[in-house]
Amino acid sequence: MAVPKVMGTEVEYGITVKGDPDFDPISSCVLLVNAYREDQAGDILWDYDQENPLADARGFQVDGEKYTPNQQENIARNKTLMNGARYYVDHAHPEYSCPEVTNVRELVIHEKAGERILEASRREANALLPPGAQLLIYKNNSDRKGNSYGSHENYLMDRRTPFKQIVEHLLPFFVSRQIYCGAGKVGSENRGHSVDYQISQRADFFETEVALDTMVKRPIINTRDEPHADREKYRRLHVIVGDANLSEYTIYLRNGVTALILSMIEDGAIKKSLSLRDPVKAIKEASHDPGCRVRLQLDDGKKMSAVELQKEFLEMALAYTSSRSLDVVTKDVIARWQHVLECLARDPMELHEKIDWVMKKAMIESFMERKQLDWDSPQVGLLDLQYHDLRPDKGLYYLLERQGRAERIVTDEEIAAAVHNPPRDTRAYFRGECLRRYGSAVFGVNWDAISFGVNGEPIKRILMAEPLKGTKVYVEDLLTSSPTAADLVRNLRT
Amino acid sequence: MRHHNATRRLANHADAECFAVFTASDSTQKQVPRKGDSDEQPGEGGGPQKLAKRGKELKDSMDALVDEIDEVLEENAEEFVKNYVQRGGQ
Repeated sequence: MAVPKVMGTEVEYGITVKGDPDFDPISSCVLLVNAYREDQAGDILWDYDQENPLADARGFQVDGEKYTPNQQENIARNKTLMNGARYYVDHAHPEYSCPEVTNVRELVIHEKAGERILEASRREANALLPPGAQLLIYKNNSDRKGNSYGSHENYLMDRRTPFKQIVEHLLPFFVSRQIYCGAGKVGSENRGHSVDYQISQRADFFETEVALDTMVKRPIINTRDEPHADREKYRRLHVIVGDANLSEYTIYLRNGVTALILSMIEDGAIKKSLSLRDPVKAIKEASHDPGCRVRLQLDDGKKMSAVELQKEFLEMALAYTSSRSLDVVTKDVIARWQHVLECLARDPMELHEKIDWVMKKAMIESFMERKQLDWDSPQVGLLDLQYHDLRPDKGLYYLLERQGRAERIVTDEEIAAAVHNPPRDTRAYFRGECLRRYGSAVFGVNWDAISFGVNGEPIKRILMAEPLKGTKVYVEDLLTSSPTAADLVRNLRT
Repeated sequence: MRHHNATRRLANHADAECFAVFTASDSTQKQVPRKGDSDEQPGEGGGPQKLAKRGKELKDSMDALVDEIDEVLEENAEEFVKNYVQRGGQ
């Protein structure tokens, strides 16, 4: 039975310092993250205790070393914000994990709020750098030198759904969804076939179908099993195959359609097997064809293009939803998904104001046409990168948006509000409000727990195993009647 | 040097826009009402003059875009791209 699709994304950003080719990425990240100040912020630890990145969803534990920084490092690298987000240093990248939301429209708002927060901290951090050095941030996945970094999606699922079933249906879904989710990329990598422009930033880097690792031999389906919630009831599906997206329309479809497909898997509504003979080969074949015509080999002997595969999923989705009452957002997602597939079947370039990879391609081709350049020109490589630049006055996505060439889903006012305020209908509300009201008494925090240090007493840890509790409706009275953290802890005991 | 005729492609897009309203939709698919449908404008005529005018509008619009990009694009493209290296990502 489908559980509500609580979701969130974690975006690793690219970082560089112009004017300092020998900059150290880790200390630059620490500088960046600490440059973002919220008034009530204290020195708060990220609570790694419940984390278990070595647990595999297929039912075993892998040997290895868990990385847990010491207290000082921890505080320097981890910020939990009043909007419920986590903003931190992950290896050599700044990472923003947005708070848990219940629907894709709010997901767009909160992922965009993350961009604003990154940009605000970038400006603050710059003031601290020597003259001539400038910190730059990119929302993308590739440096075109063989390195890749991820934009991960997380979806709440019913633990009873067999993982094997999830794998079977998601492999063809993930291989094909890039036609409306890809962020586009000039050239190819990782020994991929040579290509002028491809649909996905990440496709070349995927080497296996199903596995636990996220950095080497990347799998299309990641088996990380850290629910950060009641593990009897829930699974958190951790998706690493997607691109970082700037277009709101693209983010909306990416999470919106994926969430719907996951509900369908939970409810046994994917009636057809669309398994591909070789998904790892197919994900690259699809990515390397911006015409979206290449036919991929299915296991049953048939061939289908990515568009045709997605149309199969759409048809099943229409059947699934015809007998259900749908919320406004889901109806809207389906309508746009259908529209996009129709455009892709005719001519993908019709989507030059909606889907990132098409927007970027149209922009680059216009530039090439005017300046008589070809795909190997350095300026073309720069356009590929600068599309993802977070500076509002330099980033080329933002330029398109300003010029009315990017269809929007949400408003600037909604995004601005989400920079400071948590979603109201998940446990992110409780987390964010505790940080706002009791910041100096908060000792540590994680997705499913918050601990207080009160009056020199032993640390009190409050567990939040239910993502749909801790909402405004549940905790507003409790918070209002608890002026201090000591009050809160006492009130929770009674 | 290969030239990619983005202008011609956009003119084709204008074709597609004008004729999209006549494309037969797949009768096996249930019709779902579409919001914000800016790609299809029912009732738009398709005479050659109108297409040519649309083609020119798009070209001018693209020229304006290229000018704007030119103003903000980082200098020394080759060096800039060469210096952009990211390690240690998931």
